[in-house]
Parts: sequence; C-alpha cells; structure tokens
Amino acid sequence: MTARQRLWAFLTGMAGLAAFYLWGLAGLPGFGAYPGPYGDIINRIALAQTNATGVVSAVNFDYRGFDTVGEEFILFAAATGVATVLRHLRGERERAARDEALGVNAPPTSEAVRMTALILAGPVLVLGWFLASHAQTSPSGGFQGGVVLATAFILVYLAGQFLALRRISPVDITDAVEAVGAGGFAAVGIAAVGMGLAYLTNFLPLGTIPGAVSSSGTIALISFFVGLEVGAAFILIVSELLEQTLLLREESR
Amino acid sequence: MQVFPFVVVAWILGVGLYGIVTSRHLVHLIVCLIIVQSSTYVLLLGVGYVTGAVAPYFFDVPVHTPAVDPVVQALALTDVVVEAAVTALLLALAVQAHKRFGTLDPNELVQLRG
Amino acid sequence: MNQLPALATVVPLLAAAAISALNPLLRARRRLLDGTAILTAAAVTVILIVLLVQTAHGDVVYWFGGFRPSHGVAIGIDYAAGPLSTGLACLAALLVTAAMIFSWRYFERIATYYHALMLTFLAGMTGFCLTGDIFDLFVWFELMGVSAYALTAYRPEERGPIQGALNFAITNSVGAYLSLSGIAVIYGSTGALNIAQIGRDIARHRPGGLVVVAFLLIITGLLIKGAIVPFHFWLADAHAVAPTPVCVLFSGVMVELGLYGVARVYWSMFGQALGHRSAITGAFLALGLLTTLVGALYCFRERHLKRLLAFSTISHAGMFLTGIALLTPLGLAGVAVYVAGHALVKAALFLCVGIVLHRLGSVNESRLHGRGRPLRYTGVVFTLAALGLSDLPPFATFLGKAWISGSGATHGMTWIIVIFVVASVLVGGAVLRVAGGVFYGLGDPPGEDQEMAREASEETGETEQGRQRTPLTMIAPAAVLVLAAIGIVFAPHLGPTVEAGALRFQDQTAYNATVLSGARVAHPAGIFLAEHAGITVADVVTGVGSAAGALVLAFLALYWRRLPVLRRGFEPGAGLVRPIQRFQSGVVNDYVTWIVVGLACLGGALAFSIG
Repeated sequence: MTARQRLWAFLTGMAGLAAFYLWGLAGLPGFGAYPGPYGDIINRIALAQTNATGVVSAVNFDYRGFDTVGEEFILFAAATGVATVLRHLRGERERAARDEALGVNAPPTSEAVRMTALILAGPVLVLGWFLASHAQTSPSGGFQGGVVLATAFILVYLAGQFLALRRISPVDITDAVEAVGAGGFAAVGIAAVGMGLAYLTNFLPLGTIPGAVSSSGTIALISFFVGLEVGAAFILIVSELLEQTLLLREESR
Repeated sequence: MQVFPFVVVAWILGVGLYGIVTSRHLVHLIVCLIIVQSSTYVLLLGVGYVTGAVAPYFFDVPVHTPAVDPVVQALALTDVVVEAAVTALLLALAVQAHKRFGTLDPNELVQLRG
Repeated sequence: MNQLPALATVVPLLAAAAISALNPLLRARRRLLDGTAILTAAAVTVILIVLLVQTAHGDVVYWFGGFRPSHGVAIGIDYAAGPLSTGLACLAALLVTAAMIFSWRYFERIATYYHALMLTFLAGMTGFCLTGDIFDLFVWFELMGVSAYALTAYRPEERGPIQGALNFAITNSVGAYLSLSGIAVIYGSTGALNIAQIGRDIARHRPGGLVVVAFLLIITGLLIKGAIVPFHFWLADAHAVAPTPVCVLFSGVMVELGLYGVARVYWSMFGQALGHRSAITGAFLALGLLTTLVGALYCFRERHLKRLLAFSTISHAGMFLTGIALLTPLGLAGVAVYVAGHALVKAALFLCVGIVLHRLGSVNESRLHGRGRPLRYTGVVFTLAALGLSDLPPFATFLGKAWISGSGATHGMTWIIVIFVVASVLVGGAVLRVAGGVFYGLGDPPGEDQEMAREASEETGETEQGRQRTPLTMIAPAAVLVLAAIGIVFAPHLGPTVEAGALRFQDQTAYNATVLSGARVAHPAGIFLAEHAGITVADVVTGVGSAAGALVLAFLALYWRRLPVLRRGFEPGAGLVRPIQRFQSGVVNDYVTWIVVGLACLGGALAFSIG
C-alpha cells in the first residue's frame, strides 16, 4: 500500500476500533469505584499471612510469584536474544585501535561529567542494594533495585571509558550472574517442591516484625535474586549495544 | 471525571498505533510500540483505583485502612519488565537492520515480499 | 502431592538457566550441551505423557504457593491440566525433542544461546497450555514470543532474518498489548484473574459491551499468533528465515497454540456469557475459511521452500479455526487430531527441507530441480509427508478433517468439505510438485522468479558444508514423525477418548467446579451432544480424492509446458494470485494497519450481532 492508502485505511479502522473500545470501557465501573474481591482480600490478609507491609511486593513475589518467574525468564530470554543478535560475527573485527574506545578520536569527556559520575557510582550502588533488600517494606523491590544497580555500572561508562565498563563487568561473569539470578529464583520454588509443598510456597520463617528486612520468608530472598538478575541483564544489554556501536567495524566486503 | 481516564486510554492507544503505521524510522516505531503499551498501564492502574484510599503499603498506616488495589500494580510492574525486555530485543534488531540494510526506514527494510 | 504440572514448566527453565550459567564450560563441549538440551526436552515429554494419563480421571488442578481458593475466590495462580491441553503441551515437547536431535548434526557451530532459548520456548509453551489464570497465560505467551523473536534472528548477518524477526516481533507485540488491554478490562469488571472465576462471574449477567470487547481484545493477540487473515502477514516473513529446527516448532505448535488459546478463552471464560452461538460461529467460520483459501493460494504460487510450507501452515490454521468455530465436540476433537497429524507431518517436511539445505545449499525450487535425486531416503519421507498433508487416509490429518467436515455437515454446513478439499489440493499439489521436481527430477523446473533469485542468493545456508551422506540424527526424527502421523490413527478408542476430552474442554460449569471447589464432574455436558466419531465411506473417498487431486495438480504444474493445450505462455494460477500478492508487502506498517482494520471489522460484526 502507498503511504496515503495506508493512512486512510488506518484512520477508518482506528475510528471503528476506538468506538468499539470506548463502548467496552463504558461498561466499567467508574474511575475510583473498584468493585472486585481480589485486591480487597489481598489487602486484608497479606500482612497477617506474609508479615510484609509492602503488599505489592507480597503479591509479586508470593501470591502471584509464578507470574514473576515467567517474567524473569522473559528478561533472561531477551538478554540472551540481544547477545545473540549483536554477538561478534564472522567478518567483523574488533577495531585494533583501542584509542577509539579510550576516546582519543572522540571529544574528551568533560571533567565535570567524569567527576560526578565517579562520585555517584558508589552511592548509587548502595541505593540499588537498599531498594533490592526492602521489597517487603516499602515501594521497592528486586526490579527497581536491579535497574539502579545496573545504572551504577553504566555511570562508569559515562565517566569516559567503555573498556573500563568491560573490565568491571566481563561478559561471562555478567552472563553467569544473570543466569544465577533467574535460576536462583526458580530454585527457591523448587526447594519448596523438595519439601513436598506446592511450588513457590513461602517456607522460610516469616520473622516477628512486619516489614523488617529479615521478615517475610522467601520474599526477601526472591527479591535478592531478582535484583541480581535484573541488574546483570541490563548491564549486559547496554554493554552489548555499546560494543556494537563502538568497537566493531565490518571488514570491507 | 468518571470516564475521563478511560478516554485517555483509548486516545493513547490510537496515538501509538498511528505512530507505528505512519513511521518512517524504526527507532520511532519502537518507541510508538512503547506508547501502545503505556495505554495498558493507564488502564490497569485506572481500574484498580479506589477514591480516597491510600497506597497499599502498611508500614506507616494501620492495617485496615482502605487501600487501592495492589494486584494491578503488581501486574503493571510485570508488564514494565516485559516491555523493557521486548524493547531491548527490538533495538538490538534495529542496530543490525541499520548495518545490513543501510537504512532504518521500514518501507525499505524488505528482503522478502509477495 | 502431584508436582508434575509445575515441573513441566520449571524443569526447562532451570535447565536454560543452568546452561547459561555454565556457558564457559559448555562452550567447548558441544555434545554435552546438545545432550543436556535433548535430555531436558525428553524429560518434559515424559512428564507430560504421565500427566496426560492422569487427566483421564479428571482435570489435574495445581495451586502455586499453596494458595487455595477461599469461598470460591482464587487468591493465587493455578494450573488446570485437562486432556486436550496436556496433549498439546506433550506434542510441543515432542517436537522440541525432535528439533534438538536434528540440531545435533545440523549446526556445525552453535552457541549456548540457541539451546537456552529453545528451552525457554518450551517452558513458555507448556505454561501456556496448562495454565488456568488469564494473566499467567499472557506471561507465558510473552515468553514464547520473546524466545521466538530471538530464535528467528539467529543469523543476523543476513537481511532476511532481520526483516523476519522485526515484523514478527512488532506485530505479535501489538497483539500481546491488545490482549493485555482486554485482560485489564475484564479484571476491571470482575476483579478476578482466574479463568474459572471470571467465567462464573460474567455468566451471571447478559452480555454487555464490556464482555464482547474484552473477548475480542483478548483473542486478538491469539489470532495474530494463530496467523488468521488479516493478521497473518508476519508468518511468511518469519518462517522463511528462521533456522530449520525452529521452523519446525513455529509451524508445528506455535501457531496452533494461538488457536488453542482462542478455544480456551472462549470455552472456559466467555462461552456462557456471550451466548449468540450462531453469530460467533458465523464470524469465525468466515475468518477460518478465508484464511484456508488465502493460505492455499499463496502456497501454490511460492517457489521458496520454507515460505511455501509457511503459507500451507496459514491454510491449515484456517482449517483449525473452522473446526473450533463449529462449537461442537466432534469439531473440536477433529481439530485436536488434525493438529497432531499436521504437526507431525509439517515437522517432517521442514526437517527434510533442512536436510536439503544442508546437503545442497539452497531452498529455491527452481535451482534445486533434479538435484535431490541422491537424497533417496529424504525423498521418500518428504513424499510420504506431502501425501499426509493432502489428507490421504490413513494419516491423522485425514481423520481430523473427516471429523470436522462431518460435524459441519450434521449442522447443515456441507460446503465446508468443499473448501477444505480445494485447499488441500492446492497445498498438497504444491508440496508434491516440490517432491516430484526436486527429489525425482520430473517435469520442468518452475519459472525463475526474479525476486526469488535475489532472495535465494542470500541464503548462504544455516550449515556450513554439504556432506556425502545424510546423518542419521537428521533423517531419523523426520521418518519417525511421519510414521507417528499414521500410527496415531490406530490408537485404540481414539475417537471416543478425544471426543470425551473435547466435551470436558467445552463444559464451563464442570471446569469452574473442578478448579474452584475441587469437585470432580463425572459426565461433562457440552452445548451440543456428542456425535459419533467415526469415518464413513464418503470420508474415505473424499480423502483419497483430495490426495489424488493434489497429485494431478502437481503433475500439471510440473509438465504444463509440455502439454500443447496449456502451452500458451500462461502460468497456472497466476490470474488468481497476482492481485492478492501485493498485500504481502513485507512492510510492517502495512501489517499493523491490517491488524487495526481487521480488528475494527471483526469488532463491528460482533458488536452488531451480540451487543
């Protein structure tokens, strides 16, 4: 189809689809009038059953933990896919000139950026760890913490050197950490199976203080594994993309 | 105000799909795909909202305070991760597309047709 | 406690993580890597066979985290394994095992990414089949999807895989997000995510706009995955370029899983609430038959072997949707058997194409004419599988088609069989033309297609060197699969067993009771009574006739230049196909436009007939 035909076909179709969609949405209870039992029940029983004050994390890692396993592996598969698509291919050579990676041909990073990035890297790491370990307390958890952890590593790249990023997070180790994170989560569930319980039952002691770092049994443990996996996956993805653009050049055909 | 958030949902969906259909640049198309996904977030969080309720975190409020639905928030969290994963893969494909085809115009990225 | 349902999904996930974590060790030890993957897939197959036997006494329900429903409200996620769903998961695991065995010698060099992704793909498929929670269904759908996108782009140094993977990923992601919107809508109304609970809650009221819209949105992603016209454009692009073992899975089970999802969402969630069965049947019958014909026409026109098989998959997907649309137990039973037979036969065909690619280095029918003669066993297996695809008795494909058309005839739709036969003749004719031309050198090579020549020259091959002999690990799975397609038919009490499974699948009340109250329903009741699952003489005649028609068409296609009647310089079928060929443009913007237009039309049709 030409662009014009496509546009008109789409606009007519979208008009119909929007009308159809709004007709359906009109049947919803109004905004703010949540009817259903699921959320209310979970809000009532979550603290008593899991000793977690962060109910969203309790839902994510306990009540609907199996969904989260699937989602972990989606991220795992995507990171693996990114590595597959961007891997070192035959016919492409790592550019011999390390000076490119060291930024000799590019404008040098300003000292302000470099200083800020290096100063921030440590605190960001601590922040990421804090977020990942407080899933059961407050609006945080493995995902948020993992992404912030990955950011700490990427700050090193921002400080001016891609090869430094590569040195502190070599591909094999990042790959392994990611796999350990994903596998660890699945293994926590299997440990419950080993005890004769259903997969992903919360079998660890729940602790006495609701919402303390050591409470809620497997929720904290799972959050730790998730943080590992998400952090490693994002470091992997970003460094693969950077590597493709920076270091590799095709051999002339 | 009862239905306004849902109208916004349909609008965001329409805008995102419009962007995909008229896109001339693959990265723009991928971002429009993210916009389509965003309409689902608004919808999910919109259906779970309870007027006058607090966030479902009970470390500073008594346990039986009415709170919004935590399940949709957990679902939205899951979706964000899924979307990030798919976007990463699509962007990697875009990098390779640029290398192989020399262009990022979806109309030109055609090796097989008919 | 019966842990098998959980293990079916968790075992491949753990294996994928382990393979990836041990990558530095396994990189050099190819055989260990292959062996681990094959063993895992085989173990999952065995787990699912045992589970299938267990479902004979009732659906196996498994609650994760130990969260059982309280007062009919589900708090956690469940797996609800019935005979049909477990059977489909088992088929998926079987095909993955066959594909991994084939990969043993097919790939000279391969990274651990491939095995890890195949295993996550398997986990996604088993999870999708067994789950009883609608959001969990979406999560496994996405895992299948992401693994599939990555596997399609396995040779990113060529242009075709990039285009195929992009079109695949973008269209299926749009579908997934639309499905998610539907899930959010139905959650907003019922406050539940469990399929049984939602089904029970929405059946209490008359169907309103919300139920219709939620239904259509949820099945949009599934219809796109199931390659139904006009959502089908991505499939040809993706299948033509994915590595051969991956194509086996795409055509064999992935597309069928999308259609299984449609059936599941309808029967276990929306069936009672929507009512208006004739409207539903009408709409989906029209879509299914349109898909059947369009796929068959494109298939016959095609010269690229893998793309040809991809279009035939689209045609068969249409036939499956037709069978599901009839809403009868016999129709659904027919679809189940047809899916099994088609998966086995199509997998064998793709494996043979892989062998051809491995030995001869091309998938272009024009270039390969007569060069397949040394591949004797492959030729035999390919021809047998091609006959299976043309619905020759006693293949399982014939049985499935007989039941579907029989069920249609009982309800007054005798013309379904006509369309099925036309499509089978076209598809079978195309594949038999390939068999005759490539493996036996019959007739003349088809005309060189300029577009095709350019594409084929980029097909540098997924494997590096041609060999003198076809390795056993490559021909054995293909042969076993073809023989299994015949063997299924002779299983004792096949008809009554499959139909009983279909009846149970269609009984929403029984499903709700089983999942939410732990009850066991002894006599499931479908909305239509069970019909006799047998074959009549007319069925056999039709089956033989369609195979014969395919042979005649293949003969004509090979020899038309030598027949003075036809030698007027016209290519058979061109007049029919050329106008619609423009639609398969390869541009993803077009595909998404068709999704929106198709969805609007289907939505309008359902809104006016039900709302």
